[in-house]
Amino acid sequence: MITMLEKPKKIALPRTRPDLTPAAETPEPVVETRDLHLFYGACEALLGISMKFYRNQVTALIGPSGCGKSTLLRCLNRMNDLIDDVRVTGSILLDGREVNDPSLDVIELRRRVGMVFQRAVPFPKSIYENVAYGLRIAGVGNRRTLDEAVEKSLRRAALWDEVKDRLNESALGFSGGQHQRLCIARAIAVDPEVILMDEPCSALDPRSTTRIEDLIVELRRRYTIIIVTHNMQQAARVSDYTGFLYEGALIEFGPTKELFTAPKKKETEDYITGRFG
Amino acid sequence: MTNDEKQSVSHQAGAPPTPAPLPLAGEGKTERGSPRAFWRRGEPQVWVTSAALTIMLFLIILLLWVVLWNGLGVFWPARVAEVTLKDGKKLLGERIRGQINPDTDVKSIQFKTGNRDLDPHQQDFHWVEDGEIRSIEFPPEVYVLERTENGNFYGFLRRLEGPDLEPSETPVAEDKVRFALKTVRRKSAEEIAPISEELRDLGRRLQNARRRIRRLEHRGDDERLAELRTGADDITRKSDELVGWQRRLLNELRRNVVVTSDAGGREKAIALLDVVRFYKPNEMGFWAKCRYYLLRLGELFWENPRESNTEGGLFPAIFGTVMLIFLMAAACFPLGVLAGVYLGEYAKDGPLVRAVRIAVNNLAGIPSIVYGIFGLGFFVYGIGGLIDAWFFPESAAAGEPVFGTGGILWASITLGILTVPVVIVSTEEALRAIPRGVREGSLALGATKFQTLVRVLVPMASPGMMTGFILAMARAAGEVAPLMITGVVKLAPQLPLDGEFPFFHLDRKFMHLGFHIYDVGFQSPNVEASKPMVYVTTLLLLSIVLAMSSAAIVLRNRMRKRFLARTI
Ligand SMILES: Nc1ncnc2c1ncn2[C@@H]1O[C@H](COP(=O)(O)OP(=O)(O)O)[C@@H](O)[C@H]1O
Ligand SMILES: [Mg+2]
Repeated sequence: MITMLEKPKKIALPRTRPDLTPAAETPEPVVETRDLHLFYGACEALLGISMKFYRNQVTALIGPSGCGKSTLLRCLNRMNDLIDDVRVTGSILLDGREVNDPSLDVIELRRRVGMVFQRAVPFPKSIYENVAYGLRIAGVGNRRTLDEAVEKSLRRAALWDEVKDRLNESALGFSGGQHQRLCIARAIAVDPEVILMDEPCSALDPRSTTRIEDLIVELRRRYTIIIVTHNMQQAARVSDYTGFLYEGALIEFGPTKELFTAPKKKETEDYITGRFG
Repeated sequence: MTNDEKQSVSHQAGAPPTPAPLPLAGEGKTERGSPRAFWRRGEPQVWVTSAALTIMLFLIILLLWVVLWNGLGVFWPARVAEVTLKDGKKLLGERIRGQINPDTDVKSIQFKTGNRDLDPHQQDFHWVEDGEIRSIEFPPEVYVLERTENGNFYGFLRRLEGPDLEPSETPVAEDKVRFALKTVRRKSAEEIAPISEELRDLGRRLQNARRRIRRLEHRGDDERLAELRTGADDITRKSDELVGWQRRLLNELRRNVVVTSDAGGREKAIALLDVVRFYKPNEMGFWAKCRYYLLRLGELFWENPRESNTEGGLFPAIFGTVMLIFLMAAACFPLGVLAGVYLGEYAKDGPLVRAVRIAVNNLAGIPSIVYGIFGLGFFVYGIGGLIDAWFFPESAAAGEPVFGTGGILWASITLGILTVPVVIVSTEEALRAIPRGVREGSLALGATKFQTLVRVLVPMASPGMMTGFILAMARAAGEVAPLMITGVVKLAPQLPLDGEFPFFHLDRKFMHLGFHIYDVGFQSPNVEASKPMVYVTTLLLLSIVLAMSSAAIVLRNRMRKRFLARTI
């Protein structure tokens, strides 16, 4: 209520996350979409998607190229706002709060729903400043706080041991796999609830991919992760739930094991057995 | 050759149609020799393109060579020849060049003979036909006296005369002349320099008093006016007295002369005060010439010009050029970067933005003189006139506008708008070349668009902006036309930056190397004498531009390394 009074325009999202509850038997949804439609101009890219993303679970989105996986992901932290001529209808709820509400503080939303992209491009700054970036723009200037956050995030992103002596070196000088972990650390640093990953491994070699996958499994204990992937094995390895999208529609959604072993829909079966896509 | 063509060829030859054979090793060779295959392999295209490059390089190197060859040699002391003609006449001078008259096939040689004041036609260059010459010698005791007026004197030292000097033997020894020169210069520094200083001070006070008088006249405050007027009259009287006194002292000092004789033995007394330096070129060794060369270079950099700019230094012009470039940068860089950022980041892509972009790209096609005219009309008469009307109405009314006339401020802003499109375009391109991931990465962390811009995008685009800046600087340094109507002058009495409050005098006129080239090269009455200065000035302008761009390039490379190293 107090935040409401201070910022009458922006509706702050309540921070109600209980700390580190173990994966519950009947998990509660953190993000929920209801009949989500998205239009790029006249072209409808999402045809009414309704699905739930559960707390501290990894949800994988699979589907052939161009089916709208990235589009759906980018709706969840309103990155589509950046594109001209996009129209969204339907609703997205984050902890019960409407994300598409025009009066919502997008900055705050993006802090709570972090994102990792396919191409990991670090900022042209030092490792330290890359990780501290999110905090700095949020106005954190205290050196101790920053130091702690940087170390914590780098440890969680399994990068600390490799870079702890080179924190002040330019981030541009590291390898692709390290860049991707750095981007994950960067996203973790602002302490989000949900991390969106859009094909985080598709530009990486197999070794780095394995490291990132291990990391995702590790991070699941603390964050809700939604990952878009092209790689079915990857989806099977890292995710708890999987949604299969096809031509802008959610064809099937369920626990990963069930979806891969006993798909209910024919399209899903065709896709996961490699008959198309 | 394709198989189809081969078949058609064999048909014409009347041979039975056979299936085309596969090309064999030997056949490949004969094919390579045929003109069509040769054409198709693309060798002529390579030649054409490389020829174009060669021609361009050749022309550029030729230009540089001409400038360097002529510019670098100017200060190297040349030997002075004593030419004896068949009719017994003699002349002294530096050989400049030979030329064969295409009509008469007669070879002539041009000498720089100096001694302009002794020549009946005031000429210091003479052509002598090869046939007229009996002999050419290089007598070791020839001296060159560089003078503050009338150019070089070529001749022999005879004796010293004057009230402050001991009478000397004939011919006088060089040491004695040097000592006398020192004596006279010291006297001048002791007696005349303080007067000049005082006169300058009086001049400033008078100027201030006049300005105040004009202001009061404007307001009609008669009481104070009378007081001020008497004050101004006092100053005038005092400075007139001083001027008279200074003239007397100077005339007195001028009576100390070195008497010289020219090739024909005619004597000429030269006031020591007018002698800049003298030397014996035919006796100088390599190192002595080097010393002389450095001396002249130092003069070039640090001294004021003499003799309607054809001699002496270029300091005010160098100063004006560099200051102009800096002011231009201060005017165009922020403006260009901001405009580029708006176009690249904020403007929604539409017909209007596209039109603006096209306009910006094509602004470079407007002749620079048009910018000059715009600068004159808009900045000088428009804004300058307004400033004068508000802050200096009395000066403007008295016909002495302050900002309403050309000056370094208006010239640099005019150059700024001339070069700003380059900065806009390169800023925008640099921003657009930044990978999308960087932008999204920052926004996804909750940064606002502005934070993203300031913290990430601008640093990453800075090398590109620097590129635009370098291009703008090089272009601005070479522009002369717009300056000519916005405030450049051939001789500025004061620098636009000095120790006098408020230090920056942006309303002042200024000198500029580019204009200097034009003025000395094309406006000077003595074309031959001014030629070396044109080359030297060109060389200097080139070096300044080169030095400034190199500095900028080093800076840019450092930024590149810092902000744009390997991204996957
Ligand atoms: N910025 C955009 N403007 C217009 N259409 C777009 C844009 N981005 C994506 N699309 C279209 O939306 C559909 C879904 O794209 P996307 O979400 O990127 O697919 P995926 O990530 O599953 O490969 C595609 O048909 C694509 O052409
Ligand atoms: Mg995608």
